[in-house]
Amino acid sequence: MAKINDSLIENLDKLPQSRRNFFRYAGGAGLIATVAAACHKENPGPGHHPGKTVDLGSGDVGILNYAYALEQLEAAFYTRVLATPYYHISSSEYSLLSDVRDHEIAHREFFKTALGSSAIQALTPDFSSINFSSRDSVLGAAKAFEDLGVSAYNGAGQLIVSPDYLTLAGKIVSVEARHAAYIRELISINSFADNTVLDANGLDTSRTPAQVLSMASVYIVQTIDASHLPTA
Amino acid sequence: MNFLNILQEIEKADPEVFEKLDTRRSALKSFTNVSGKIALASLPFALGSMFKKAYAGGPSGTTVLDVFNFALTLEYLEAAFYKNGIAAGAMLIPNANDRAAINIIGTHEAEHVAYLKAAITAAGGTPVASPTFDFTAGGGKGNGPFQDIFTNYETFLAVAQAFEDTGVRAYKGQAPNLVQGGAYLTAALNIHSVEARHASKVRQMRKANGFSSTVKPWITLADTGGIGAAVQANYAGEDNTVQANIQIVNINGFKISADAASEAFDEPLTMAQVVALVTPFFAA
Repeated sequence: MAKINDSLIENLDKLPQSRRNFFRYAGGAGLIATVAAACHKENPGPGHHPGKTVDLGSGDVGILNYAYALEQLEAAFYTRVLATPYYHISSSEYSLLSDVRDHEIAHREFFKTALGSSAIQALTPDFSSINFSSRDSVLGAAKAFEDLGVSAYNGAGQLIVSPDYLTLAGKIVSVEARHAAYIRELISINSFADNTVLDANGLDTSRTPAQVLSMASVYIVQTIDASHLPTA
Repeated sequence: MNFLNILQEIEKADPEVFEKLDTRRSALKSFTNVSGKIALASLPFALGSMFKKAYAGGPSGTTVLDVFNFALTLEYLEAAFYKNGIAAGAMLIPNANDRAAINIIGTHEAEHVAYLKAAITAAGGTPVASPTFDFTAGGGKGNGPFQDIFTNYETFLAVAQAFEDTGVRAYKGQAPNLVQGGAYLTAALNIHSVEARHASKVRQMRKANGFSSTVKPWITLADTGGIGAAVQANYAGEDNTVQANIQIVNINGFKISADAASEAFDEPLTMAQVVALVTPFFAA
């Protein structure tokens, strides 16, 4: 194990400055151990085998890849929405949905950069169930994605070991919640936090990666393998 | 009882609370200190067993109670604020849909109060009592900058926005103190995202009422959304565009403006920063 760690530290030093700093900033020895564990398997680890099944990996890296997968989906969706806007989109909607697209691209590229060589491959979205010319269809899908994203981050928080990663996830999830409340208000007034997402204690929904991925799988061509993610 | 007294009480129970909760390094130290202080087996409530798991290597019992009592104090503030607003009715909030929205938000805050009190009790702690408030932000003198808080809807929504955006920052700032905290962390996160939904809605209401032509559901740079100096400090640091040493502006060749880069990530505040911001709303 010591040997693996040493070679990882060496490899880390070859990474671009920003990425290297990220790993130093965020993880230290714990993260290196996690990466080492993720790599110490028969397969070469996440990100190295493009194809039909995508292994998210284990530990905090696995959770970051999980977030990266969801952000890829959201970014691809809004990119398509703005490339072929639905009929009668208002200028306000066009402008704010452009913001949302940019936020999701920022999230996606952040995770991609932060994960570096540990990042999973680019996923292929399948949006065949969405009618991009219909406002109802687009906003319905947007609501589903945003609420799902909020519940995914809320549920993944307790699986994260690094306090810095947890803070980063926190910085993103509240923006997803702002999106969700905006999309929901476009669909129906005062549905920003209704009882389809909140319980009787006024708490939002959280979901496990398995629950989230089973709901997201219809939109992703590849099969996501979350079996190495932490479960508690 | 005022807010500072409450914090002093928290500090009395746990003298290192601020050092522990406001620096990552000591937060890391504290969660290795697995607490034997709380006899979870004897807890009377279902919540106790739900939270039991949280103690297996997560934050210490005192850390959880400190964070939850801090959160409870902020929820008291919000719940009382909306209760007053709802009581003022159509005189304050002319639009029926807006009154319904404020009622929904206020209900959630009251639910958060009840939930946190139950959680603190179930974890073997004592929930702090509610302080009394001065919503003019006069520290109990009633002479603060928000004199017309319950008679002028624009002022009311401005303060609502500041409370919600700051609440989001406050919960976010405590998340690392609850790392590996199981159900405790999840509960805090599940409140955190609700505060963000509220913040988004309040910002949309300010736009729809014409109180700001530029405010968006998200926070652009350190912009107050047209409110101005009275709440500027609540947005300090929100203009950050570098995350974990990675510059988000134009990241990897994508056209991401500084506005969008700052909007895409909400920023945390420490307990001490939040205390400084909300102290004027607590009466002596």
